[in-house]
Amino acid sequence: MSESQSQGLPELPQPLAEQAAEVVAVRRGMFGGNGTSGDTSGYGRLVRTIEFPGQSPRPYGGYFDEVENELFGALDERDLAPELAIEKAVVHRDQLTFHVRREHLLAVAKTLRDDPALRFELCLGVSGVHFPDDKGRELQILVPLLSITHNRRVHLAVSCPDEDPHLPSLTGVYPAADWHERETFDMFGIVFDGHPALTRILMPDDWPGHPQRKDYPLGGIPVEFKGAQIPSPDQRRSYR
Amino acid sequence: MSVDVAQPVDGGSAGEPNFDPYAAAGGASDEGADAVYTLTGGDWDEIARELASAEQDEQAEERIVVNMGPQHPSTHGVLRLVVETEGETVTEVRCGIGFLHTGIEKNLEYRNWTQGCTFVTRMDYTTPLFQEVAYCLAVEKLLGVEDQVPERANVIRVLMMELNRIASHMVCIATGGMEMGALSAMIFGFRERELVLDIFEMITGLRMNHAYVRPGGVAQDLPPGAVDKIREFLALMPERMKDIEALCNENPIFKGRTENVGYLDLTGCMALGITGPPLRATGLPHDLRKSQPYCGYEDYDFDVVTWDTSDCYGRYRIRMDEVRQSLRIIEQCLEKLKPGPVMIEDRKIAWPAQLALGGDGMGNSLDHIRHIMGESMEALIHHFKLVTEGFHVPAGQVYVGIESPKGELGCHAVSDGGTRPYRVHFRDPSFNNLQAVSVMSEGGMIADLIVAVASLDPVMGGVDR
Repeated sequence: MSESQSQGLPELPQPLAEQAAEVVAVRRGMFGGNGTSGDTSGYGRLVRTIEFPGQSPRPYGGYFDEVENELFGALDERDLAPELAIEKAVVHRDQLTFHVRREHLLAVAKTLRDDPALRFELCLGVSGVHFPDDKGRELQILVPLLSITHNRRVHLAVSCPDEDPHLPSLTGVYPAADWHERETFDMFGIVFDGHPALTRILMPDDWPGHPQRKDYPLGGIPVEFKGAQIPSPDQRRSYR
Repeated sequence: MSVDVAQPVDGGSAGEPNFDPYAAAGGASDEGADAVYTLTGGDWDEIARELASAEQDEQAEERIVVNMGPQHPSTHGVLRLVVETEGETVTEVRCGIGFLHTGIEKNLEYRNWTQGCTFVTRMDYTTPLFQEVAYCLAVEKLLGVEDQVPERANVIRVLMMELNRIASHMVCIATGGMEMGALSAMIFGFRERELVLDIFEMITGLRMNHAYVRPGGVAQDLPPGAVDKIREFLALMPERMKDIEALCNENPIFKGRTENVGYLDLTGCMALGITGPPLRATGLPHDLRKSQPYCGYEDYDFDVVTWDTSDCYGRYRIRMDEVRQSLRIIEQCLEKLKPGPVMIEDRKIAWPAQLALGGDGMGNSLDHIRHIMGESMEALIHHFKLVTEGFHVPAGQVYVGIESPKGELGCHAVSDGGTRPYRVHFRDPSFNNLQAVSVMSEGGMIADLIVAVASLDPVMGGVDR
């Protein structure tokens, strides 16, 4: 891994202690105006914090505890401290997600794939999400894994800052991630180091920008209908 | 036809930190090649002669790269195959996709959660109801209301999905047959699919792009006569299937074209994340309907069909047998249909308007209009709030996978607590499965490449989204 990646390390990793919910953004107002849109509704002073669930308290229930124990044991065997590799484990809506530090993603994925007690054979893709207000972890990916042997699911979540949009490529561990990583690069601009041919896949090769990022406009033109101007979808008033 | 010689397909080492993807698109990638002949049209003899003379000059290699598609009738819509050939043999093949990218996932972020159904149904246009169900299951999971979806709605969802599975498999067999020159299979396949589409039209009002499944249930109950029509279909379909099976199953030409073609074993499937009929053709009975049931699939009696040849013929047989299993499930659905609501009780989520057929076509039910305009102020407020603003979905992210006719269809939905999706991503099975085209067809004939692609049943609407 390059030097630039180690800079992305958080200074004080909290070793899987129960953390408060993660705040990814704070929004003000109700309708999306920034105070200048003439919002006279009185909702302009609303403040809403957008929180994603943090580390879940143990036991998680179901097979989740077993998966975590096996994973931590297997990581220990590989001389990798679990609390170094895994930021937090979130059980939300009956789904287990390990938030993995990017420099250890490959080791964790390899362990999940190879350990007989885990055997997550199928990688079901890479899906990016852009949180422009979540400083230091603007770009995130979710990797759903499926074990046919044990009939279990687990998700890996990895994030990287916008200034250094690099993640290790999973193609060496799961060749299935090939096109999914190309799509995530295409749509979010996340560079997957070690990918054999990271080119655009859906957009034309010379397309400027990465369309699924939140700072990329949807586009569209206002439409006149019976004398009234209907703004394009991304210009319409939105409820928050 | 256009012929390019020795053009690297996936050029550029994008792994470098300062890699500029736009710079590579220019002339840089041509530098390594000795000579590039780009021929468009013309007489094949001339092209061959020119290439042969170039060979004598020891200038060119014997690589001929042929662009198949994106406008080629046998590539399943706008799939571009970049094929490197040696005579009739495929030595290398790469897929080019993206020609049908419509930005559905981006558009979803600018509409409320319910309106999302209208978009996702248009992704893979042969399996619209599967995208709707996957999306709605994801939204319901985010809301935490999976258990509140009424029984009848779940039965109708299963019923519609299985009907859709039949239609999708019929399209696959029809187009796959057509691409091999078996035009009778095409006529039979589309004829049978039409039966399903007629049922869809009766129930949802549309043959495709239904937006019928909604978060919390389905848009409206089955209309009178629908069950009878489905029963007619159940009686007719096994007979109709015999036509196709009599035509194809033991047909020496059909078998000659499909047996041992497009071979992909279990190891390959696991590595490339292949699911659906190609995976079951290796003998592994993996079906999410059995292993991780949703919508009440655990209450239905059906078998997971497998085959052990790992080739295109096995995939065809699996599809035919799955249609039979779907017919079994539909029959059980009809028995399970008990009167009841088809939309969640919670009026903060349930889409308020039911549709009804009026004198001037389908529209809002007059009963509902009377209710909100004349009887209940609260109902009017709810209607207004839900239709203009939508409902709030608690922040979080979920991934839901269901068994579409093509494999695992996944929906990754992220909410920021607002009334619009923050991000929705679909893991389309065709998108993933197309990765296997190279492995399945390199070393075979060009004609087999077509069969291999057809056996994956890719639909570009789903691949490109």
